[in-house]
Amino acid sequence: MTALRNVAAIVGKEWRHYFGSPIAWVALFVWTLLFGIFFYFAFTFFLEQSMRVAQQGMEYGGGMKLSINEYLIRPLFHNMAVVALFVAPMLTMRLFAEEKRQGTMELLATSPVSDLQVVMGKFLAAAGLYALMILAGLVNVAGVWIYASSPPEWRPVLTGALGIFLLGCCFLAMGTFVSTLTKNQIVAGILSFCLFLGMWTLGWADDPMGGAVSKVVAYLGVTTHLEDLVKGVVDLKDLVFYLSVVTFGLFLAHQSVESQRWRA
Amino acid sequence: MIEVESLTKRYGRATAVDGISFRVEKGEILGFLGPNGAGKTTTMRILTCYLPPTEGTARVAGHDVFAQPMEVKKRVGYLPETPPLYPDMSVREYLEFCARIKSVPGSERKARVADAIERCRVGDVRDTLIAKLSKGYRQRVGLAQAILHNPDVLILDEPTAGLDPKQIIETRELIRSLAGSHTVILSTHILPEVSMTCGRVVIINKGRVVAEDTPDNLTRRLKGAGTIRVEARGDDAGILEAVRAVPGVLAAHPRGGHDGAVIVDVEAEAGRDVRAELARAVVSKGHSLLGLQQMGMSLEEIFLHLTTTDAAESAPAA
Repeated sequence: MTALRNVAAIVGKEWRHYFGSPIAWVALFVWTLLFGIFFYFAFTFFLEQSMRVAQQGMEYGGGMKLSINEYLIRPLFHNMAVVALFVAPMLTMRLFAEEKRQGTMELLATSPVSDLQVVMGKFLAAAGLYALMILAGLVNVAGVWIYASSPPEWRPVLTGALGIFLLGCCFLAMGTFVSTLTKNQIVAGILSFCLFLGMWTLGWADDPMGGAVSKVVAYLGVTTHLEDLVKGVVDLKDLVFYLSVVTFGLFLAHQSVESQRWRA
Repeated sequence: MIEVESLTKRYGRATAVDGISFRVEKGEILGFLGPNGAGKTTTMRILTCYLPPTEGTARVAGHDVFAQPMEVKKRVGYLPETPPLYPDMSVREYLEFCARIKSVPGSERKARVADAIERCRVGDVRDTLIAKLSKGYRQRVGLAQAILHNPDVLILDEPTAGLDPKQIIETRELIRSLAGSHTVILSTHILPEVSMTCGRVVIINKGRVVAEDTPDNLTRRLKGAGTIRVEARGDDAGILEAVRAVPGVLAAHPRGGHDGAVIVDVEAEAGRDVRAELARAVVSKGHSLLGLQQMGMSLEEIFLHLTTTDAAESAPAA
């Protein structure tokens, strides 16, 4: 009970920092703007393709309908995954670096809250803001239900959103860890971005002709596990993978915060 | 309330705190005195569970800082050297957050925050962003944070640093008003502060306790070790020789003279009154004694005496 209250207090404080500074607003602005732009492009492309298919259908008969899910929503989520790669360092870089620079780590460390509660609170605050960003972006998609002649399947939209949320959470957990390593936000931001990029490119090792090594490396890539979720397939192994990375990142952050006091 | 036993803290090869022991009883105000780098902050950080000790034990309010840190943290209010403030929060927001993480029950939170704001006189800036506050206000907000959850023990690292004289007096009054219901340890290198606020003083130097007593006792006890000024008429060398021959005299420094009188400052062993012997020695060697004066030692001199003797002894070698 006290543990939850402590975590909630940290989350509240972090949200106060996010929304009291430009960080949250810039992140929300960039995210929703790009979400809108990508939605617009994907939508235009989808319309052109539908038109062409419809024409072919009239000429040759037996016209088919394009799937909105496949031509609109799926590419949109793939694009937003890339945006998450850039936005995540913005959300995590100051989490611990700023506390260390300001000397407020001393306040947290001498208050009756455990290091784990602090780490969890900070991560959940970042994840909460990120979830809010995704919800704000999905407003675009909601428009499709209002105007489409036959609405798209909603399940892949939800699983896709879950996919980019989990992908982002991996970044946020690792970013929380990187932020514990330095007093300097900028250094934390750049290191986090490099780390995220590394986690991303592991997925490129996937080579159908490759051996076991390339398979294992590709399996560790964060994007590898997004494919099924974006298609609307919820596979337990993908969820387990994402949750493991999040747990690992938070574990490292916790160890780092604790060990720094021992080494101090 | 606080029991520290042979506490040691090493950073790599450097020893910051070297086997110090002391006790603080409930309701007492203990002054922690020492030059910069003596180990005051490190000791305080161990007592607040910020740093683990390398060796030795420390118990605060009956709980070991190493074994039961959460219990200790609940009972300790700590003001670090630089107040740990979030510049982007207002004073009230900041204190409300502190109340939350210090597990002040929700129903009492508002009252406790209001009380801390009033006691630390930050009422007129309660809705100002901390970034806009002056050093004096920041220090007081830091102090408000420390007393917020009504802790049994208050640990204040240089609570009056950076304040103007009026604020210093107000802060001292506040600290004195906390004694009785709270146990307070405060560190400082301002000596009058110690004699004005503290019931007892621990002087530490290079990580060791060099003296521990009430400010009055310290002054009295070390008075004997103070300087005695001897004024006599006769030949310089003879007087010096006579004075140095007196048992209990550590050193004698000629301080010049006038009209044929010689002035010698004599340093005697602590706790030994050598005035009578001095007078006899001077007179028996055929010199005339003109004056004999006890030069009292202020707390400043005691402090310097205790913390610089090593340096003075090793200085000639360098």
